[in-house]
Formats: sequence, C-alpha cells, structure tokens
Amino acid sequence: MKRIIGRLMQMLGTLIGVSFLTFCLTWLAPGDPVSMLLETADTVVSAELVEQTRHDLGLDQPFLVQYVNWAGGVLHGDMGMSYSAKKPVVDKLLEGFAGTLLLAVVTIIFVLIISLPLGIWSAVKRNKLPDYIVRGLSFIGVSMPSFWIGLLLLYFFGLKLRLFPIAQSEVTAAGIVLPALTLAIYMSSKYMRQVRTVILEELNHDYVVGARARGLSETTILWKHVLPNAILPLITLLGMSIGWLLGGVAVIEMVFSWPGIGNMAVRAISMRDYPLIEGFVLWIAIVYMVINLLVDMSYSWLDPRLKKEAR
Amino acid sequence: MAHTKTFSHGHGVSNVNMDINMDVDSNLMSRIKANKQFSIYSALVVLIILVAIFAPWLAPQDPLVGEMKNALQTPSAEHLLGTDKMGRDTLSRIICGTQTSLFMTICLVVLVAVVGTFVGTMAGYFGGKIEMVLMRFTDMMLSFPGIVLAIAIAGIMGGSVINTILALCVVSWAKYARLVRSLVLKIRNQDFITAAQLCGTSTKMIIWQHILPNTLPMVVITAAMDIGTMMMEIAGLSFLGFGAQPPTPEWGLMLNEGRQYIQTAPWLMVYPGMAIFIVVAIFNLWGDSLRDILDPRQT
Repeated sequence: MKRIIGRLMQMLGTLIGVSFLTFCLTWLAPGDPVSMLLETADTVVSAELVEQTRHDLGLDQPFLVQYVNWAGGVLHGDMGMSYSAKKPVVDKLLEGFAGTLLLAVVTIIFVLIISLPLGIWSAVKRNKLPDYIVRGLSFIGVSMPSFWIGLLLLYFFGLKLRLFPIAQSEVTAAGIVLPALTLAIYMSSKYMRQVRTVILEELNHDYVVGARARGLSETTILWKHVLPNAILPLITLLGMSIGWLLGGVAVIEMVFSWPGIGNMAVRAISMRDYPLIEGFVLWIAIVYMVINLLVDMSYSWLDPRLKKEAR
Repeated sequence: MAHTKTFSHGHGVSNVNMDINMDVDSNLMSRIKANKQFSIYSALVVLIILVAIFAPWLAPQDPLVGEMKNALQTPSAEHLLGTDKMGRDTLSRIICGTQTSLFMTICLVVLVAVVGTFVGTMAGYFGGKIEMVLMRFTDMMLSFPGIVLAIAIAGIMGGSVINTILALCVVSWAKYARLVRSLVLKIRNQDFITAAQLCGTSTKMIIWQHILPNTLPMVVITAAMDIGTMMMEIAGLSFLGFGAQPPTPEWGLMLNEGRQYIQTAPWLMVYPGMAIFIVVAIFNLWGDSLRDILDPRQT
C-alpha cells in the first residue's frame, strides 16, 4: 500500500513536470495562435479584435498565471476549449481515444496470435531451422520503419488486391485490419524475440529437468509447467506495449487516416491548437502511467510470492 | 570487487589499473579478429558513410532541381528509380538522403550520449542533493512515452533538422543518464579512486582520467545499438512533417511526399523505405556484433 502511494506521488510529479514542459513550449514557440485562429475566418483582422481574442483566451496574462489557471481547470476535469474545433478539449480527446483504444485492442490480439506461437516454436526448436526463420523474420521486422510497413500493406492489400479500404473517416471492421496488422507486425518482431528468451530461460530451470526425469512428455511440460511460469514477464512486456500503443501510433494513424488520438494531435499541432496539444500530452502521460501501475500491481496478484518479498 | 584490492596502495594502484586495461585491449583485438561478422558489417557501415560523404558526386542528377515535364516518370534507364512530382530523380535524392539521415542520426546519438553521460556522471559522482534532483528528473523522462513528447516539441517549435535533433535528444538522454550513473556508482567506491583523491588529484581530473574512460565502453555499445532506432525515429518525425522540410532530400520526408502518389507512382514510396530498411538493418547488425565483442556476457 505504501508503495502504491509512493508511486502515485511520483506520478503526480511527472504529470506536473510534463504538463509544465509542454506549457513552456507553447509559450516559447514561434507563431501566434490568435492570428492563426482569426486568419482562418478569411477576413482582415483589426488590432482590437486580436487584443480582444487574446484577452478572452487568457493569453494576455503572465505565463505562470496561465499555467496555474489551466492546472486548476484540469483538476475540475476542464482542460479548456480547443481553438480549432470550438469544443471542450476533453470531448475531443475522448472522441479520438475511442478510435485509438479500439485499434490498440485489435493490435494486441494480432500480436498475441502472431508472436506467441512463433516465439514458443522458436524457443523449442532452438538453433534449428524454425528458430532461424523466426529470428530472421523478427530481425527484418525490427529494421523496417513501421510507417513503411503500413504503406506497403496499403499498396498491396488496399490498392492491388482491393481487399481493404485505403482510407476511412469512420471506424469500420474492414478498415481496422490493415492499421492493426501494421502495428502487429512491427510489435511482434520485438515480442517474438522476447517470448523466445523468456521460454528459453524457463526451459533451463531445474523443474523442467525434474519433469523430464518423471517421464512427462515435452508437450505437457511446455503447456502445464513452462507457460504458466512464463506468463508473468510476458504480461509486463505486453503492458508496456499497450501504453506505447495508446500514445505513440500517430504515424500509423496518419498513414491509414485512422480517426485516433495521434492523428488528432498531429492536426492540432499544425493548427497551433495549444489547449488540445496540452490536453493530449497530459492525457497520454496519465494513461501510460496508470497502465504501468496496473501492470506492476498485477504482479503480486499473479505471483503471490512477490507480495512477501515486497514487504 | 572493492575489497579484493585492499592491498594495493599509492602508485601501485594505477599500474594495476593499467594492466587491466591493456589486458582488455589485447583481448579486444583478438576478439575483433576472431569475429568475421563484425568485419563484414563494419565494412558495410564504412560503405554507407562513404556514400554519405561523396553523395553529391555519386548522385547521377541534381537532387533538388528537376524539370516539371519529367514529373512522376516510371523507372527507366535515364531515371533508374523514377522521378517525383517535381521531376526530380529519385535515385539521386535517395543517395543524397543518406547524407541527411546519417548526419542527423550521428548528431543525435552523440548529443544524447554526451548529455546522458554528463547528467549520469554528475549524479553518480557527487551524490546527495544533486543526485536526487537529477535522478528525479531522469525518472520523470523515463516514465513517459518519449515519442509523444518529441512530436509535440518538434511540431510546436516548427519542423527543421535542428529542432528534430533537439526534440529527440530531450526525450532520449534519460536512458544514458541512468546507465552512466549506475556505472559511476560502481567505479566511485573502488580503491583507485580513493587513492587518486588521497593524492590530491582534482575532481575534474578524476572524472576525466578515471571515471569517464571506464564508463565509455558501455556508453559506446548502447549508442551503437541505438543508431538504427534513432534513424527510424528521425525518419518518423520527418514523415509526419515535423522533421526535415522540403526540398531537403530526407527519406522520411520523401515517403511522406510519395504517400500521396501511392496509386500512380508507387516507386516513390517503395525505394526511400527500402533505403531506410537497408541502412537501419546494417547498423542494427553492426551494433549487435559490436556488443557481442565488447560485452560477451550478454549473449
């Protein structure tokens, strides 16, 4: 319990630090959000109107006052209004997050389908042909930029074979396959290796030798003894990738015009929509850290031995 | 480790230390010679560097100027990899892109390693309040998906080669700081440091002469293994439009431009991606084999 409170305090510190850093950036940045905002209206802008808007948005106040006001709003669940969409930032974030979350869930399912069997196969057939094939695939996948994988899939499956739509403004079942597959290929290349390492480590333990001595079949040893023990490190790795998926897939969302939070952030940045950018960074920080905390907490639940050690 | 050397005093200590270093060096040379893979990958890396340096002479045509009447031509004898929307030769742009990508990556990796080593050394050597503040800051940077912040920084500051490098540096140094601090903590309490302190060696000299040389190998391995990843992150930022700006020949940017012509001119998205893939793969192989040589325990 004490550990969790400590973690929460550390998280709070990180949130303050990260949001302050983003705030400083928007303050230091070249380009004026007010003129960006007004110029889109396509009329000549008077100096008074610029001053008025600046005042309405609170941009004429000193920097620290702006930050404190904003942080105070966040505590009440109010992240301000998006300049470009004229909607509360919270609404925009939730809208984009729904798409990203869906993509993340489908991706994780694909990752498990691809990397668990291949990783286990590679570990069991260590230094034989299957192992070399899996390691080769994994190496190729790690060295390919994810957005290039996306473009290639888009070209072959979307344009040549016409199996999947090439761009979508709405979330559809067919539309999710390619972006999720792209992310899954990219992630699986790392995950396969890690599955292999974890299984190999488990296979070296004495209990496996014991089980073999008792005459158990290799299949039984693998499924009943090795896999349950290997689950814990695998969950950690997966948990970390979920955090990454929920925050860092702007590139893939852009390739497939997927209506997710990363795509939204990229657009917000080009439009200098500062409240939306600040909200985005803070939101990703929260999601990422909460997931890491949950992963940590799941350890002691999955492996009660760790509970004793922690005390 | 520390208590095994309790018997060495004064000047003897530095001799012991030198012997160890020489031992490591001769071992290193024999291991490099034994490792054929490393020689092959090193040769390939040198080849890439040579391509980058001599890019302006190697490129068959001007990467920045094209004729509009040649726009979007399919690969042919004259334009081996086709032309882009401005009629520029794709092959020439890819060759010159090697220079941009490699230059940006090397700047980034060196900058990250230097900043990380500086913070890590300060924290590890001085300890106390300095260490607490620096490490809190490091932990903060590590508990957050860096690429999100990098996108925000590069995007808000405006895309350019320098801003991309700075943005990625801001989010990547923490790993090195952590690594160097743990190394420095191990070295700091060894007897040869205490001996140096007793001899009245200045703090600056101790750090330069004793601490840094001992942390360098691990930092170099980590940096070498990071080259591929960093190169991809740079290309990713450029692909989003927050990195190198047109008309710079840069692979990520070329992929971004080619994306719009995926139906009519697929070669514009195939070849720059291929270039990234090949170069990143070579650097990854090289980094892995370098690690095998310098740090055989990990394999």
